[in-house]
Amino acid sequence: MTKISFVIRNSFRNKRRSILTMLSIGFSLLLLTLMMTIWRSFYIDQGAPDSMKRVITRHRVSLTFFLPTYYRDKIRSLPGVVAIVPMTYFGGVYKDDRPENSFAQFATDPSEYMKVGSDKIVPADQLLAWQRDRAGAMVDVELAKKFGWKIGDRITLQGTFLPVNPELTIRAIFCMDPPPRSLYFHTAYLEEAIPWFKGQAGFFDTRVASADDVPQVSAAIDEMFRNSPEPTKTESEHAFKLSFVAMLGNVKAFILSICAAVVFAILLVSANTMAMSIRGRTREVAVLKTLGFTASNVLSLFVGEAVALSLAGGVLGIAAAAGVIQLFSHSPVGIGVSNGLTVTVPTMGVALLVAAAVGFFSACLPAYNAARMNIVEGLRHIG
Amino acid sequence: MAIPIRYNIRNLKLRKGLTIMTSLGIALTVTTAIFLMALLAGLDRAFVTSGDPLNVLVMRKGSQAELSGGFDASLFPTLKTLPGIAKDRNGEPMASGEWVVVIVLPRKDGTGEVNVTVRGMMPDGLELRPQVKIVEGRWFTPGQREVVVSESIKKRFAHANIGDTLQFGKGPWTVVGVFDAGGSAYESEIWGDVNQMASDFDRQGGFASAYLRATDPVSADALKHRVSDDQRLKLEGVLETEYYAKQTSSGAPIKYIGWVVAIIMAIGSSFAAMNTMYAAVAYRSREIATLRVIGFSRPSILTSFVFESVLLSLLGAAVGIVLMLPFNGMTTGTSNSVTFSEIVFSLRMTPQVVMVAVVFAIIMGLFGGMAPAWHAARRDILAALRD
Repeated sequence: MTKISFVIRNSFRNKRRSILTMLSIGFSLLLLTLMMTIWRSFYIDQGAPDSMKRVITRHRVSLTFFLPTYYRDKIRSLPGVVAIVPMTYFGGVYKDDRPENSFAQFATDPSEYMKVGSDKIVPADQLLAWQRDRAGAMVDVELAKKFGWKIGDRITLQGTFLPVNPELTIRAIFCMDPPPRSLYFHTAYLEEAIPWFKGQAGFFDTRVASADDVPQVSAAIDEMFRNSPEPTKTESEHAFKLSFVAMLGNVKAFILSICAAVVFAILLVSANTMAMSIRGRTREVAVLKTLGFTASNVLSLFVGEAVALSLAGGVLGIAAAAGVIQLFSHSPVGIGVSNGLTVTVPTMGVALLVAAAVGFFSACLPAYNAARMNIVEGLRHIG
Repeated sequence: MAIPIRYNIRNLKLRKGLTIMTSLGIALTVTTAIFLMALLAGLDRAFVTSGDPLNVLVMRKGSQAELSGGFDASLFPTLKTLPGIAKDRNGEPMASGEWVVVIVLPRKDGTGEVNVTVRGMMPDGLELRPQVKIVEGRWFTPGQREVVVSESIKKRFAHANIGDTLQFGKGPWTVVGVFDAGGSAYESEIWGDVNQMASDFDRQGGFASAYLRATDPVSADALKHRVSDDQRLKLEGVLETEYYAKQTSSGAPIKYIGWVVAIIMAIGSSFAAMNTMYAAVAYRSREIATLRVIGFSRPSILTSFVFESVLLSLLGAAVGIVLMLPFNGMTTGTSNSVTFSEIVFSLRMTPQVVMVAVVFAIIMGLFGGMAPAWHAARRDILAALRD
């Protein structure tokens, strides 16, 4: 019998205990994987390669202040800028204000929008139809699927902070990975409906020639408007999105403390199980030693068993986490929130590593005690 | 006949290591649950205590927040003449036209920039918010570039002490006082003179909102309807309490994430508790058989073991509650989904929070103890004695 098969057989000797331990570790690792995935999408992911070539310029004071549209031509003249469009977050309500019916709507300039958002794929004839219809809208394919919209359908949005209720016709449906679940319509529509809005934009979305241009172009834009009545703040699309996360509060500390609690909890569970199972085998260890197994042999047998158990739990947990995220991002609640959330291979690797480490450390002390136990005492032990 | 509780307590004491480890695992779960619930309790309180039942908030028809409002200043005198408004100390109707803007301030600890609400108000604005008290310095003088800040703003942001100047709008503002807002949503605001604010943000000639203070709750309700029904005004009145009650939805993301986290952790800990209880049953199989021989019935053995498991988790709950105590009252902030600005609140371990945590632990104990106890009660006496 090889060492490995000895370890495996021992793992299954008390099936119920092993399964319960695996489930307990599995649930904890499910949570850990979920947290790491969220962390990754917030702080590590740089987004799609195309989004790295875009910068967002907003009012320095707050997103709730508008910028004058003449900034557009000034920014366009800067070196490194490829295209720029004005964007205004409309924040309208569709049907009712239940969260599952909420999605983002932006007013923009359709004639140039695709030059900036070129990672959106839309049939040429549909794009043309959208550009021609001032009351036309372009929507995400996922959003269209969710609400059952087809080309030519009419929808009404209810304005919240902008006093207009746009009646729009769906003219184009685009695909994008990950789907942004948003709707785009003409700035001109808003300007006609709200006289005081004319000549203003919520923020500017600018495309630069290459990702390396981002810092220099951002600095140049902010420098240009520094002493104007409407100073700007320009940052990469990723940093812009992250600023919304930062508003939620100290998310980093929140996620880290949950992760720490989870890891500590599985360490306890696993150590508990190993202590129980090793104590129950005191006499057996003495027999092994009598047969000639060295202390380090015995130690490695037990540690191996603990690592095998927690790795099995880890695999279960990671698989469950991947499933949960899949389910969530395709559920109606997840639409718009879970942009591009997936459990990546590095995340899985880290989770497995944590599982293995937990198994290793949990078995160390009880296994060490067992390994250096006196044979005669062990044989006398009544267990 | 029931098996005495002392039997269970002694058993837990006998296997100290196992008991401590399992209950610590449960304690961590309970701590996490309490932490999340205390966050929500604090957030709820911030909104619930903000509204005064006598105050009627007036905004443009259709706008859902003060930020998205805006009506002509010429309407304000008409508002003031409505019946049912209390008198201020000068004998005038107590009303305040206000501007609310959101500005960006860097956090003191350098963890980023945060949106903060700045409110410009008339002198009556202070009088109609009796829950807000000045604790340091003095109130701002109308017509001056002076502001008062809440205690939490002072704590969390740079340049917010008395005598400092804050840079926003068109220039510097001197901080002249610090106020205590009693845990309400005003706890996250900076206050100054409404005319100064309006000119700094190019919003002269109008107000974002107006506050009217009614003489009593009945006339507050009547006043609210009078504002909304007046065709000349095209305005809408809401009770301040109703306005803030709607904003509690800001806590929704924390709530959803919190419950998912707590439930997953609880399931994990229940399995651990189950493991411990199965081991306890296995160790004591001969003992259980002896109890049966003496005459204890199956149901009493079942209840005894379930009880032991619940005891174990209650121990965990107690440890968890103690672990959380130092965090009680800790302040933190989140984004208000209605105003896009930061709302500051403190963690509150209310009696309800503690109660829910204890119930939560008992459920974990029941779930973990049921199967092993069933197993213990069903074992064949003879086989167990021979073990």
